[in-house]
Amino acid sequence: MCLAIPARIASIAEHRMATVDIVGVTRVVSLDLVPEAEVEDWVLVHAGFALQVVEEEYAKETLELLKTLPFFEDQEPLLAEGA
Amino acid sequence: MDLSGFRDPTIARGLIDAISATDTGPVKIMEVCGTHTVSIAKNGLRAIMPERVTLLSGPGCPVCVTANRDIDTAVALSQRPDVIVTTFGDMMKVPGSYSSLSREKAEGRDVRIVYSPLDALTLAEKEPDREVIFIAVGFETTAPLIAAAILRAQEQGLTNFSVFCAHKTVPIALEALVNDPEVQIDAFILPGHVSTIIGSQPYEFLAEQYKVPGVITGFEPVDVLQGVYMILKQLEEGRSEIEIAYHRGVMPEGNPTARELVERVFEPVDADWRGIGVIPGTGMGIREAYAAFDAAKKLPVELPEPKEIKGCQCGEVLRGVILPFNCKLFARGCTPEHPIGPCMVSSEGSCAAYYRFTDYGKSDASDG
Repeated sequence: MCLAIPARIASIAEHRMATVDIVGVTRVVSLDLVPEAEVEDWVLVHAGFALQVVEEEYAKETLELLKTLPFFEDQEPLLAEGA
Repeated sequence: MDLSGFRDPTIARGLIDAISATDTGPVKIMEVCGTHTVSIAKNGLRAIMPERVTLLSGPGCPVCVTANRDIDTAVALSQRPDVIVTTFGDMMKVPGSYSSLSREKAEGRDVRIVYSPLDALTLAEKEPDREVIFIAVGFETTAPLIAAAILRAQEQGLTNFSVFCAHKTVPIALEALVNDPEVQIDAFILPGHVSTIIGSQPYEFLAEQYKVPGVITGFEPVDVLQGVYMILKQLEEGRSEIEIAYHRGVMPEGNPTARELVERVFEPVDADWRGIGVIPGTGMGIREAYAAFDAAKKLPVELPEPKEIKGCQCGEVLRGVILPFNCKLFARGCTPEHPIGPCMVSSEGSCAAYYRFTDYGKSDASDG
């Protein structure tokens, strides 16, 4: 449940709600916890919130790792769990 | 040794050699994060450790450490006709004393899996005549999101949204494990994303008071190997410090915005951990100022006495007293397809990780 998934911010709308791309799925997440985040930043996303701005290189490494985890085989439940 | 499964076998080989070259006595290292548990099991890291180094899985899966009484409360809340219960997927199948949310849903209760607490807010807006309760479990990684959701609900003037909060905090729980004579942990591999929020400072007392070192590390197998190496170097040199091997994702101060939100909405309360018992100050209670969003106060429920699952040794697994293989039910009645205890239910549970990735019937099963 404590897993956070890297995502790239595509756009930011009202109330600091951002559209992000998470492994090909578009999601809207809150930027309440990362006031410094800007469009095109990579962020760690956990259950609908960005937790931290991270470097692109790290984000890509983490995505590769995530794809190897068992619960990633079925992407939707992973996101549902907020892993 | 086949290292082809590692992203960078050369680095892995270097770290394994460096680990082997350290000079320590027998060492027990506990990892306290479900994703570390999965990474260790999947990559066979226990098997490549020198004989003197034992890797133990700790209480790192928030669903697994949720006490029966809390699950019973969630079940009882779902049985109210005026309520929609929402939660993360992992919570659904975890058995409480007499039922699970999954079973209640099958019997017609309105229980829904959501991806985010914000989805529960949206649902509350759409269903103004019903109380939408979010069952919140998790550690410091998840708590800020719940705090933010409560603050948003207040801002929006929502009166039909509340949270049943079974959140727990990690550092003091580690103290309980350090003091547990049955386990005797020498060092911790500390959780990456919990530390993204809280930073390294809250663990310092472990190193200072108890001389138990810790390394915050990431989830790649080489991250875990690096964490083990840094721990062994500390022990070899007689140091005990909290070090960060995960600068990509963790700042020493954590995430100040998230910490501030948590502080504003929650206050420390006692928490009941499965297998460990009540640990003072490791729970998160919703402050009086936000009592309107506290399901426990808004909709109190009467519960029968909690009952433990017969034969299930999740409690001992969570404390690192036994390895998953040593539970009498492991693979004998308790499997990911037909789980009996929470450690087999959750995708991050130790038992599920060991069942999926290790040859539990053979060598790895006998070395713990």
